[in-house]
Amino acid sequence: MSGGVDSAVAAARAAAGGHDVTGVHLALSRNPQTYRSGARGCCTLEDSRDARRAADVIGIPFYVWDMADRFHEDVVDDFVAEYAAGRTPNPCLRCNEKIKFAAVLDRAIALGFDAVVTGHHARLGADGLLRRSVDLAKDQSYVLAVLTREQLDRSMFPLGDTTKAQVREEAAARGLSVADKPDSHDICFIADGDTRGFLADRLGEEPGDIVDALTGAVVGSHAGAYGYTVGQRRGLNIGVPAPDGKPRYVLSITPVTNTVTVGPVEALEVSTVSGERPVWTGGALPDGPVECEVQLRAHGTPVPAVVTLQDGALVASLRSPARGVAPGQAVVAYRPDAAGDIVLGSATIR
Amino acid sequence: MAYLDHAATTPMLDEAIEAYAATAREVGNPSSLHAAGRCARRHVEESRERIAAALGSRPSEVIFTGGGTEADNLAVKGIFWARRAESPGRIRVIASAVEHHAVLDSVEWLVRHEGAVATWLPVDPAGKVDPATLAEALDDDVALVTAMWANNEVGTVQPVADLAALAAAAKVPFHTDAVQAVGQVPVDFAASGAAALTVTGHKVGGPVGVGALLLGRDVTVTPLSHGGGQERDVRSGTLDAPGIVAFAVAVETSVKTQREYAARVSALRDALVAGVRGVVPDVIYNGDPVDRLPSNAHFSFPGCEGDALLLLLDAQGVACSTGSACSAGVAQPSHVLLAMGNADDRARSSLRFTLGHTSTQADVDALISALPAAVERARRAGMIKSSR
Repeated sequence: MSGGVDSAVAAARAAAGGHDVTGVHLALSRNPQTYRSGARGCCTLEDSRDARRAADVIGIPFYVWDMADRFHEDVVDDFVAEYAAGRTPNPCLRCNEKIKFAAVLDRAIALGFDAVVTGHHARLGADGLLRRSVDLAKDQSYVLAVLTREQLDRSMFPLGDTTKAQVREEAAARGLSVADKPDSHDICFIADGDTRGFLADRLGEEPGDIVDALTGAVVGSHAGAYGYTVGQRRGLNIGVPAPDGKPRYVLSITPVTNTVTVGPVEALEVSTVSGERPVWTGGALPDGPVECEVQLRAHGTPVPAVVTLQDGALVASLRSPARGVAPGQAVVAYRPDAAGDIVLGSATIR
Repeated sequence: MAYLDHAATTPMLDEAIEAYAATAREVGNPSSLHAAGRCARRHVEESRERIAAALGSRPSEVIFTGGGTEADNLAVKGIFWARRAESPGRIRVIASAVEHHAVLDSVEWLVRHEGAVATWLPVDPAGKVDPATLAEALDDDVALVTAMWANNEVGTVQPVADLAALAAAAKVPFHTDAVQAVGQVPVDFAASGAAALTVTGHKVGGPVGVGALLLGRDVTVTPLSHGGGQERDVRSGTLDAPGIVAFAVAVETSVKTQREYAARVSALRDALVAGVRGVVPDVIYNGDPVDRLPSNAHFSFPGCEGDALLLLLDAQGVACSTGSACSAGVAQPSHVLLAMGNADDRARSSLRFTLGHTSTQADVDALISALPAAVERARRAGMIKSSR
């Protein structure tokens, strides 16, 4: 229970459904701030109190579990290391994989609980298939797609059939004071939202070249290649105009030479995406190509594709090229379905 | 529910509740000059006399406060300031390493903000201070010495009279936090030789939010709060007549019944310890086996995390404590267990069970029947943590 409205209503629904529910708030910061500031919706002492009050109102026991050390090792340090390696990580996905549905789940199972319930917006029905939320704008199946069959079998997402607006209404009806608490966004452990500054504090500034992919010419400089993401256009501060006068985008980041390579938008287009460490939860492992859609970043538009699993990798051949495919993000395969698109599998983009 | 957390707070005595309610129905500020005020004042002064008589002090030495934490702050900061004002070189505070946070954090605040220098007296593996370490630490620059009468976590009773005598010989005021001791073991302010002693209501069957600092007549303190000049000008603020009356009833009753209480509760505690050892053979019993509060049992459960065990016992209706300070509910390893020379793991694996005036054998039985399954599960959870 983060202290937000979603986990509060999820807990209330689980309790109302007859489960023996215990509320757990994760202390993820080694030095929590006293009060919320900006767009963060978790991790302060105020959020911890909000979660406790929600548990009181629901009538369930409540505890704070200290996961700060594991969170720092598995999520924050990983986040920094991924950027340092020129990739663009998704820390929410990593937190689900390593903390909420691993460290927390394992501890809960050992203590005698059957499952972890969260307020994620995704559907997980009796068929064991993970599907998009009915609220497509709030759908979080992308950051859950990394979960394995074993993890999903011990998870409950009671909010998947409910829109965010309905969740808020229900929270108000249940007397939960977090009903109109603002949504959280941004990365929870970067309080001011300044990701580049956060990385610069940890990785140091290291000036390098911005190179044009077509001409090989140095067209600008940067303070550290880790500050860039494939597909990025803004904030490049390139002094020399492109020969064709069109805007340039980040095509790749090469940490070894500390080089950011830029080029025209067409050069961003990829038609094959391959991912490592694949997970497949949408039924039996396929022995051949699978017609599906793939999503290549959080809130990205799904692209029709053919996916194959081969040699420990997931390879997606896109029906139409996609742009801004950043290594470190997840490629998630969905099968379109009237009852909510089904997550087939996922992998980390190389 | 099996309530085994009386050291956190214990149920109010019926006679204290009745005394509170009776006084709360009356009107009158004890500082007012009219009849209603005089009546309230009389309640307060009678209570002061009852507390003084029960604890071996003079009535004028009883300064009512809003509880133990305030009394500790007043003693530590107030005596430090007054002593330093008399002689600017007196900046050292000697304190035991196992003090309650009300003392510990007050000393650390003086270090950070007032230029104080702290000397922490170590404890032995049972949690006891060796008076020889105090003798060695005493010097001309010492503003005060503070050492608790009995420890709130492991229940170890300190050699308070020896420590007080050493401080007195060096002409240094000695404060003792006796919050856990009153009603559990004999406490006599005058006989102890202490210059200041903290006591609070809700550990002895009185209300929360009222306590007292017993302060020797010759000990000067600088006030923390300023206002109406109540309580020898040391503690301003309208006197809480109903709370004070109920506090006095609780102190008097708990002191009067202390011997039979201690006999009954220590037998129950010994049964609890034997029962725990019976179902968890490798459990470690912490604290001093002899010089110990009769109500306290404190264990380390190897391979378990205290907060996991607490959760599991709570789910079975058994209330206990990890005995450690919480901020945002996150358990820190106990400074007491660490000061006793234990590793972080053992400190985190500990639980405190404390009995009180309402405890029965049924409470102990409930714990012993819930404990084996809880320990088994907590060990499984603990193994995940250590295997990663």
